[in-house]
Amino acid sequence: MAVSLIEKYRNGCRPTNPRLPIVHIFCFSQASCSEAKCELQKRNMTENGLGHRVLNMDTMNPNVKRVEYAVRGPIVQRAMQIEKELKEGVKKPFTEVIKANIGDAHAMGQKPITFLRQVVALCAYPDLLEDDKFPEDAKNRARRILQACGGGSIGAYSASPGIEIIRQDVAKYIEKRDGGIPSNPDNIYLSTGASDAIVTMLKLLTSGEGKNRTGVMISIPQYPLYSAALAELAAVQVSYYLDEDKCWSLDVGELRRAVKVAREHCNPRALCIINPGNPTGQVQSRQCIEDVIRFAAEEHLFLMADEVYQDNVYAEGCQFHSFKKVLFEMGPEYSSVVELASFHSTSKCFMGECGFRGGYMEVVNMDPEVKLQLTKLVSVRLCPPIPGQALLDLVVNPPQPDEPSYATFIKERTANLDILAEKAKMTEQVLNTVPGIHCNPVQGAMYTFPRLSLPEKAINAAKEKGQAPDMFYCMKLLEETGICLVPGSGFGQRDGTYHFRMTILPATEKLKVVLKKIREFHKRFTEEFS
Amino acid sequence: YMDVIDVYWGDPHSGGVKPLTFVRQVLAACIYPKLLQSDKLPVDVRQRAQSLLTACDGGSVGSYTPSGGISYIRGSVSNFISRRDGGVPSSPENIFMTSGSQRSLMLVLKLLVHNQASLPTGVLTAVPTYNYLKMMLQRLGAAIVPYYLDEEQGWAMEVEELRRALQASKGVCNPVALYVINPGNPTGHVQSRKCIEEVIRFAAEERLFLMADEVYQESVFGEGCEFVSYKKVLSEMGPPLSHTVKLASFHSASKGLMGECGLRGGYVELVNLDPTVMRYAYTIFSTDICAPVTGQLALELMANPPRPGDPSYPVYAQETQSIQAMLVHNMNWVPEVLNNIPGISCQPMMGGAFVFPRLYLPQAATEKAKVVGMQPDLWYCKRLLEEAGVCVGPGCQYGQKEGTHHIRLCVMTPVETMEQVLKRLKDFHLHFLKEFS
Repeated sequence: MAVSLIEKYRNGCRPTNPRLPIVHIFCFSQASCSEAKCELQKRNMTENGLGHRVLNMDTMNPNVKRVEYAVRGPIVQRAMQIEKELKEGVKKPFTEVIKANIGDAHAMGQKPITFLRQVVALCAYPDLLEDDKFPEDAKNRARRILQACGGGSIGAYSASPGIEIIRQDVAKYIEKRDGGIPSNPDNIYLSTGASDAIVTMLKLLTSGEGKNRTGVMISIPQYPLYSAALAELAAVQVSYYLDEDKCWSLDVGELRRAVKVAREHCNPRALCIINPGNPTGQVQSRQCIEDVIRFAAEEHLFLMADEVYQDNVYAEGCQFHSFKKVLFEMGPEYSSVVELASFHSTSKCFMGECGFRGGYMEVVNMDPEVKLQLTKLVSVRLCPPIPGQALLDLVVNPPQPDEPSYATFIKERTANLDILAEKAKMTEQVLNTVPGIHCNPVQGAMYTFPRLSLPEKAINAAKEKGQAPDMFYCMKLLEETGICLVPGSGFGQRDGTYHFRMTILPATEKLKVVLKKIREFHKRFTEEFS
Repeated sequence: YMDVIDVYWGDPHSGGVKPLTFVRQVLAACIYPKLLQSDKLPVDVRQRAQSLLTACDGGSVGSYTPSGGISYIRGSVSNFISRRDGGVPSSPENIFMTSGSQRSLMLVLKLLVHNQASLPTGVLTAVPTYNYLKMMLQRLGAAIVPYYLDEEQGWAMEVEELRRALQASKGVCNPVALYVINPGNPTGHVQSRKCIEEVIRFAAEERLFLMADEVYQESVFGEGCEFVSYKKVLSEMGPPLSHTVKLASFHSASKGLMGECGLRGGYVELVNLDPTVMRYAYTIFSTDICAPVTGQLALELMANPPRPGDPSYPVYAQETQSIQAMLVHNMNWVPEVLNNIPGISCQPMMGGAFVFPRLYLPQAATEKAKVVGMQPDLWYCKRLLEEAGVCVGPGCQYGQKEGTHHIRLCVMTPVETMEQVLKRLKDFHLHFLKEFS
């Protein structure tokens, strides 16, 4: 460890003339490099004094250029600009920007769950443990968490995979949720939101070069964190299309098609599923999950199950089934073989605590040596934020029926989920009354991803501007109504189709207004470009 | 021994330092806004919490924030930087808050490191340097270009050595960045202004991106020492350098007097970056969505502590002075005690949170370590832990000149604990020397 890599080089291979283009790979990471004569020539140019800037578009890591994250992309930046302008008194056809672009419940007015906030506040300022305005069960939870923190403070680092008792609580929660199927705390890694764990797994999975480069199957449409991470890692994105006509369901035939084509140019190693889906809102049937597991087993794919919306299930006849539960109920032929990572977070469901950046992943059937590497990998980021870990603990270990906070907790939880269900239904209904907009039922999650019929003229106008047609549509919507949505092109969609993603999170009255404005806008837009 | 004392980590609260009351009161009120009505909390606490909540979307710390951080807080941080640097302007748009400064470091490195180029990207890094940085560089596929700090000169950085290091890297990697940490970790060295100027000039000549890790800037108490930021010195060096040298400065709420490691609040200020590159920087930072809000709040409270006249000021002053007194005491006394142990020498500590004393291990001991298959100082640390219940960091983890051995101890630790540590260390060391004499 003390021997630096550069010293290793010295003793290893070295080119005779350092000025000659270096053809072979000097490889440190698991990702291999490739021939890049031009790259070296460019660098030689810089070394010779041409191009004075140290970090410019030429010298910047080229993978960064390929990274896009639509949820925080150009339309959101424009929305923030407009907000600034409104504050400065600039006159607009609207008085506020409605940010229906991001799955952030609190930003749209949802209230935090009292119990969760009480406990975390007690952890933050333990003097409050003397305050009789806090219920006893909240205090007990706080004491327990603080005892597990270094120096009794949430300001101390925790172990990299997270505070031990919280990992244990997460394991218990998973066991309870999955009807008793055992969960080992050693397989639980707490993370900074689910995103942190997802990217970590993708890093672990990415290797090889050329035709052997890791391919990762992701749905179209998908949550753009996946595509961004794959771009940055220079892994190969293997897209499989969800079926819009069948309520965005997943078809194993399509998975088979995608993997077959992919094997010609890369080495598919992982399959990512988001269930309930983002942006589509579809909730996978049990049968579908079994089919996917069987497919993953056949094709030797590592399954990544993003289940952050697991409590957000609204439609009749739909139910959340965890991949782990289904896997184990399929018996040892699968449950002892299929490698799985399941992800969850404090950002969604009934609590919506995005800002705390709490989350975890559970790994199943991971190679023990790889697991050692995973543990090493997560230690580079030190530890997830302690308040987020504490909050997660309360999500997995909520008040029990015999506890003082139970009644309020259940009331708040139920209210949040019920309101979301109502809004999901209302959104689908209203958008389907708009000629030119078709909206699948929002079975779960927090979004609608309706399909737009755009006039030919509009598509051309967009092309002239160099914009994707749905970006053109969404930008116009933003400028005219202040409503910020994310164009479907940011999530992926079939060629020639256009969508937007809108959250169902604005308060009910506001949501009604938003839907009305969208309806009016769409009519105007269609007329303008007819 | 009855308990294990851990002075390996730079984690003040874990070691027994108490959180600052003002910080925790504001945090609690932000997390549970009902406390805003509580008259048990001082007025300034409630006002501050109210301002911070107003700056959050939906008035909740549970909302996502813009990717660089809450605007209001970026503003506070940029004002803090400007005040610290005697008026040198700082723009909020150049400040990105992240989950600890480590995350900022990683993201900036992502912009710089190509792992598919034919020559690996090189980053000049001090020997010794803390372990996480090396892990990060290795993880990204970067090459470490080591430059040795001069132990005899109190671990000073010398430009000649930087030159040598750079020269040695030619043809083996493509050096693009120079990473410095000031005050130093593990060394406790604080750079002089003159040294900083020389480093900046060197970076400019060799077209290196400067990464200045300044997370320990609050802990500078050595005689005649003063922390001056790289940004300030750069600005005062005037054009063309002040307009062209690319600099990323890192700071955090984890160290200093707050010591809030667990809240994960850090930031980077990017200076003189190409506007097109800044756009990509924004994208890269946005893929984390945002820094934890608790960390952002901690940064605001660090940037904007209570002032004289504020109701919370007396308690705040008393608490910070007490922590400072502890640090000043340890900074002077720990190296002295270590120097009085035969077989240990320690450079004066000027700032930061650690000392990095040198161990002069008997030949027999280093040979025994070889037999066991461990680096001698790692083996020493293992025995120290097992036999004396004291956990310190082995020098091999940080890097050191061949044939030398060191240990790292965190001195941001209550005095009584430090006394115990040194007593046990001394007893163990004398015993160790005897065993191998």
